[in-house]
Amino acid sequence: MANATSFFTRTRSKSGRWDWTDYASYGYLLLGVLVVFGPVIWLLLSSFKTEAEIQRFPPRFLPYVQQTVMVDGYDEPLAVYDIVSGEFEGRRLAQIRRVGLISQMVDPDEPGERLKVDIDDRQAIESVGLATENYTELFEQFSFLKYFWNSAFITVVATAITLLVNSMAAFGLSKYQFKGRNVMLIIVVGSLMIPQTVVLVPLFIVTKELGMLNSLWGVIIPGAATPTGVFLLRQYMLTIPDEILDAARMDKASEWKIFWRIILPLSAPAIAVLAILSVIWRWNDFLWPLIVLSENQNFTLQIALNSFQGEMTTKWSNLLAMTVLTLLPITFVFMFLQKYIATGIASTGGK
Amino acid sequence: MASRGAMRTFPCRLKVMLMLQILTQLMKIVEVPFALWQRYFGASRVVWLFLLPNMLLFGTFAFVPIFLNFVYAFTSGDQILLADRPYTGWSNFETLSRCDNYLDPNSCDRDIFWRALWNTSWFVTLQVGFMVGFSLLTAIILNRDIRARGFFRSVFFFPVMLSPVVVALIWKWILLRNGLLNAALEGMGFESFNWLLDRQWAFGWSVFLSVWAHMGFYTLILLAGLQAIPRDVYEAALMDRASAWRTFRRITLPLLAPTMLVVLVLAVIKGVQTFDEVYAFTGGGPGSATTLIIQYIYETGFAGAPRLFGLAAAASIVLALVLVVLTAVQFWANRRNVDG
Repeated sequence: MANATSFFTRTRSKSGRWDWTDYASYGYLLLGVLVVFGPVIWLLLSSFKTEAEIQRFPPRFLPYVQQTVMVDGYDEPLAVYDIVSGEFEGRRLAQIRRVGLISQMVDPDEPGERLKVDIDDRQAIESVGLATENYTELFEQFSFLKYFWNSAFITVVATAITLLVNSMAAFGLSKYQFKGRNVMLIIVVGSLMIPQTVVLVPLFIVTKELGMLNSLWGVIIPGAATPTGVFLLRQYMLTIPDEILDAARMDKASEWKIFWRIILPLSAPAIAVLAILSVIWRWNDFLWPLIVLSENQNFTLQIALNSFQGEMTTKWSNLLAMTVLTLLPITFVFMFLQKYIATGIASTGGK
Repeated sequence: MASRGAMRTFPCRLKVMLMLQILTQLMKIVEVPFALWQRYFGASRVVWLFLLPNMLLFGTFAFVPIFLNFVYAFTSGDQILLADRPYTGWSNFETLSRCDNYLDPNSCDRDIFWRALWNTSWFVTLQVGFMVGFSLLTAIILNRDIRARGFFRSVFFFPVMLSPVVVALIWKWILLRNGLLNAALEGMGFESFNWLLDRQWAFGWSVFLSVWAHMGFYTLILLAGLQAIPRDVYEAALMDRASAWRTFRRITLPLLAPTMLVVLVLAVIKGVQTFDEVYAFTGGGPGSATTLIIQYIYETGFAGAPRLFGLAAAASIVLALVLVVLTAVQFWANRRNVDG
C-alpha cells in the first residue's frame, strides 16, 4: 500500500533507484507532450501538403509533392509518371491531361508524339517536399497581409494605450492619499466583476453611438482600461518607497516627471508582465472583434480564420497554412518570454 | 575589426535613440496640461488627472453599459435608439422563461435559450470536473522529483497561449471525416466515424477541446499551491512514520484545499462564459447540441435578423446573476485563502 500510494506523495527520491512510480510519472508526462504537441505538429506537416495530398485517405505522415517536368510546347510544368505495365512499360512519361480512365501523356524527350495510357498502368513519381504554394497563395489570393496588419495594429496600439492609461491610474491609486481613494478602488474592483460578456448588447450600442463600429478603434478602446492591469501595477508600485518621491519633490520635479522619470522605470518588471499579457489577450481576442468588425477589410486574423473555415470555397491547404501563420507569433512570444508569462498569469488569475 | 562592428550597430542604435527622442518630446507635450493643472489646483489634486483617462474608459465601457443593459432588457423592438424602444416591463424575461415543461427544452417558447442553459450546465460540470482532475494529477506529478520540470510545465501550458480559433481548427482537422483519427481507427480495424455530426460526440469533443486548451493554466496554479506547502511538515510526518497515503490524505490535501477552492471557482466562472473555441469548432451544432449561453446572446443580439437586443440583454442579466453569485463565492474563497 505504501508503495502504491507513494506515487501521489513522494516529492524527493531518496535513492537513485527508479521504481514504478517514476516510470509512471515520466510515462504520463511524455503522453502529455504527445497530446499537446502531436496535433500542432500534425497541423504544421499538413499545412505543407498539396490539396491532393490533403484529400488523400488514409493520410501520409510527411508531405509529398509530385515531380514535374517542363516539356517543349507546354506552358505549365507537367506531372511525371512511371509506366509500370501495358504497352509503354518501363518508360517515364509526362501527363498532358486526363480524360476519364485514359491519360494523355507525352515523352519529355519526344514532345511531338501523344500517347494514350490507361491510368492503372502508371505510377506517380513523388518525393518528400513542401507545398509552399499554400503559403504564397495566402498573400496573392487572400488579403492575408491586410488581416495580419489589422491584428498587429490592434495588438500594438491597444497594448500601448493599456500600459499608459493603467499605469497612470495605478500611480494615482498607490502614491496619493486623497478623499475618495477607497471609492475609486471599489469601482476598480467592481469592474473586475463585470466581464465583457455580460454587457455585450449595451457595449455594442455605446461603441456604435461613438461611431467606432467597423473600425479597429472600436476593438481597441473599449477594452483599453483593464482592472487586472491597474491591480497588477498598483500592487507593484506600492512596494516603491515614498521617500524617493519626496526627494524628487524637494528637487522641484513636477508630478508628471515623477511618474514618467521615476515610477515608470522602477515598475518596469510589472509593466513587462502586463505588456505580455495584453499582447496575448489582444492577438487571441475573438468575441468582441467578431461583433464590432463586420467588413472583410477590417477583419483580424482570428475573425478571418473563422469566417474562412465556414466558406465552401476555402481549401483546407490554405486554411491550415493560415492557421500556422496565426499561431506563429504567439509561439515565439511564448518561447522567449514564458517565464514572465507564467508568473504574470499566476499572479493575476488569467484575466 | 572593432570599428567595423561599431559601424554596423550604429544605424540600429540611431533608430532606438530617435524613438526615445520622439517619446521624450511626446511626454513633454503631455506634461503641459499636468503642469498647468498642478499650478492652478495644487500638487495634491494632480491625482485626478492621472485617474481621468482610466475612469473615463471604465465609465463609458463598463458602468454606462451595465445601466443600459437593464434599460434594454425592459424595452422591446429591434430599434437601437432608446427613444424608439417602448417600455415593456418584464416581457423579455417572460418570453425567455415561458415553458410548458421546464425539463423539456422543446416545450419552451425560446427553446434554444433553454437548451443553451442546459448545455452550459452540462458543459461546465464535465469540463471543470475533468480539467481540475487532470490539472491536479499533472501538478502532483510535476511536484515530484522530475527532471526537466520546467520543460514539462511549459509543454502543458503551451495550449493556453493558443487562440481559440486556432485550437478549434487544429482539432477539427484531426476529427474530419477523412482526418487523422479516422485513419488511425481504420488502421486498427474500426469503422471511421463522422465525429462532429453526432450530437453527443460533438459535445464530448467540445469538452475535450476546452480541457486541452485550458488545463495548463490550472496546473500552474495548483503546482504553485503544492510548492507552497512547507517541507518540514512532510519531514515531521516522516519522523512519525506516517504512511505515504496518510501523508497525502492528511497533509497534502488539506493544505492544498484553499488553492483547490480558488481553482474550482475560477474554472466555473470561466466555464460559464465559454464561447470562442466551441463556436469556432462546431458553430453550436449539430442542431443546437453545442450552443452555449454566450452564443445564444451573440446570435440573438448580433447575428440574427431582426436583432433582438432586448431579449439578448435579458439573457445577459440571467448570466450576470449566475456570475455575481459565483464571484461572491470567489471572494469568499480568496479571503479564506488569505486568512490561511
